[in-house]
Amino acid sequence: MKNNRRAFIKLAAVAAAGLAVAPKAMASSGGHSPVKANPKGLHAKQWAMVIDSTKLHSEEEIAKLADSCHKIHNVPELTGKKEVKWLWSDIYPHTFPEQENPHLAEEVHHRHYPLLCNHCEHPSCVRVCPTKATFKRPDGIVAMDYHRCIGCRYCMAACPYGSRSFNWGEPRKNLDLANLNPKFPTRMRGVVEKCNFCVERLAVGDMPACVEASEGAIVFGDLYDPESPVRKVLRERFTLRRKPAAGTEPCVYYVI
Amino acid sequence: MLELALKGSKRYYAWIGFLLVLIGIGFTAWVDQIMNGLEITGMSRDVSWGFYISQFTYLVGLAASGVMIVLPNYFHSYKTNKHMVIFGEFMAIAACIMCLGFIIVDIGQPTRMMNMIFHPTPNSILFWDMIVLNGYLFLNLLVGWTCLQADRANLPHPKWLKPFIYTSVIWAFSIHTVTAFLYQGLPGRHYWLTAILAARFLASAFCSGPAILLLVMMATEKFTTFKMPKNALKTLVKIIAYAMCVNMFFFALEIFTAFYSNIPGHMHSIVYLFAGEHGHHELVGLMWTFIGMAAIAITLLVTPKLRNNLKLLPYTLVILVIATWIDKGLGLLIGGFNPTPFDTITPYWPTGKELMVSMMIYALGALVVTVLFKIATEVKEEMGHSQELPCGCSTEDNCDCTLECGCPKDNCTCEEEAAEEAPAEA
Ligand code: SF4
Ligand code: SF4
Repeated sequence: MKNNRRAFIKLAAVAAAGLAVAPKAMASSGGHSPVKANPKGLHAKQWAMVIDSTKLHSEEEIAKLADSCHKIHNVPELTGKKEVKWLWSDIYPHTFPEQENPHLAEEVHHRHYPLLCNHCEHPSCVRVCPTKATFKRPDGIVAMDYHRCIGCRYCMAACPYGSRSFNWGEPRKNLDLANLNPKFPTRMRGVVEKCNFCVERLAVGDMPACVEASEGAIVFGDLYDPESPVRKVLRERFTLRRKPAAGTEPCVYYVI
Repeated sequence: MLELALKGSKRYYAWIGFLLVLIGIGFTAWVDQIMNGLEITGMSRDVSWGFYISQFTYLVGLAASGVMIVLPNYFHSYKTNKHMVIFGEFMAIAACIMCLGFIIVDIGQPTRMMNMIFHPTPNSILFWDMIVLNGYLFLNLLVGWTCLQADRANLPHPKWLKPFIYTSVIWAFSIHTVTAFLYQGLPGRHYWLTAILAARFLASAFCSGPAILLLVMMATEKFTTFKMPKNALKTLVKIIAYAMCVNMFFFALEIFTAFYSNIPGHMHSIVYLFAGEHGHHELVGLMWTFIGMAAIAITLLVTPKLRNNLKLLPYTLVILVIATWIDKGLGLLIGGFNPTPFDTITPYWPTGKELMVSMMIYALGALVVTVLFKIATEVKEEMGHSQELPCGCSTEDNCDCTLECGCPKDNCTCEEEAAEEAPAEA
């Protein structure tokens, strides 16, 4: 009996010592080797976007942006109510349902507005995610870890802007496999996805794909840098945000 | 004690076999879902939760409702309920298992389920919901099983169990509150964004849950020698009556707030549900059925003569269960997603496969209930607790009518006598 106990204590001590050493051994094995940041990468405190709807408002123009976004991110092409989309267009009453006005200028009412994730400053999707698969980066971008997501779709219920899509089926079935963008991963079924403000492009010094394709109609920059192009437009033009009452502080602004 | 579940009549085995067949059929649909993903369901980008989550929500109510028997017994020493307590607890176990089942079939990547534990995220209500559901399951297993074992050995219930029992009573409220919080804290979903939602959840749980329990108990009486004590039954029916009234009162509060304030967001969901919007009328008929049946159920429950009519009672309860199910098991969820964030309507209807998977989980729940109730009734029979007397009374009723007393079976006067002799001890 006594011997047994002594043996056990010894064993426990050895195990504890092992545990204490293990992390160091692991560290030296290169599991967490430092990653060098791309010197060309773009940085901000909070990325934001201003969309000039006086310049960009037809369905076709916006479809072009959506196309380039969906192509480089390997977004599956689906139609109907199970569709997956990162960037799309809709009419005024659907875009600003709480800011409707029956006597609005016809033209404003009939414009199409580009819709995408607003990368909110207080994102409700991040608040509800039970696995941190949706998280906010230090640069304000609300990003997704597709490998962490369990597909509970709580974030979809929480987003007041309908910005998220779920892969109800196998997304690769609806992709042009011959023309994939090899630089961006495809997704598996059962996970949620959405616009990521092109973090992968910002990291190498490029502007988001839609900004580039918009030919000046979309401005992108740091919301907390008074000198940024975004702040310049916000100072000069009147802008709207979608559903300000939801308290999420969307970072996509619309020049009306 | 599990061995008690293994010996049974032919009818018992036939029922178990039937449930297993249902589970098997549903399982094929589930395998299909695992192979092809949730695309086999009717859910969509706009209505991203469907039948699974709404059934989960409804069943949490059933789990929480057991407390309506447990609480009077332990907090108010209302001993008339004593022999019903175990059934409330066992029902809660089955309900918790069904709830967990519905969550598992609903998530897109079930193999990653443990991410919720590996990466605990206290700011997510889903994390807390997992904790309270599993905790409640554990508490009821522990309390129910230990008490029954003590009963069987003719021993008093162990003292160390007390703290667990009191915890479980409070816990029961938490499971439904936390489940309501799951919905209630979301910006932009006006039908759910109401401080009274948790209260509504509890009110509807405390009428629909005991109603389902009573229906199951009535079926149990048919097949076993167990008999519900009349006073316990009456108390429970009164609780159901009050809870249903409160439930509908809360609903009326929502209607007032929405329409008197005239705020579009608050009205739209209700208008869609009860009148249809943008040319969509999918739920209008059902929602009015809910109102109609709720009115009938309340009328039958608050009129003492109709409430005490044991022949009528099962029908009353069925009407109530259907009404609350339409409200909470269907309308609440679909009305929450519609109108969508774009102020449009995306109709949702479960697909056949979705219903089959749901059937699998319901059958699983029925199996658990059957086995647990079988064990409980066998033990009660061994102990001679709450057994049916030939005249239809329970041995707990202080009813001295035996066969010799000559009481005809369906006209037992013992009931009134019992009521006089043993007034409710509340
Ligand atoms: S728009 Fe929706 S998905 Fe995007 S950050 Fe805001 S809440 Fe999240
Ligand atoms: S679906 Fe994925 S990203 Fe959304 S809340 Fe669930 S785990 Fe998080």
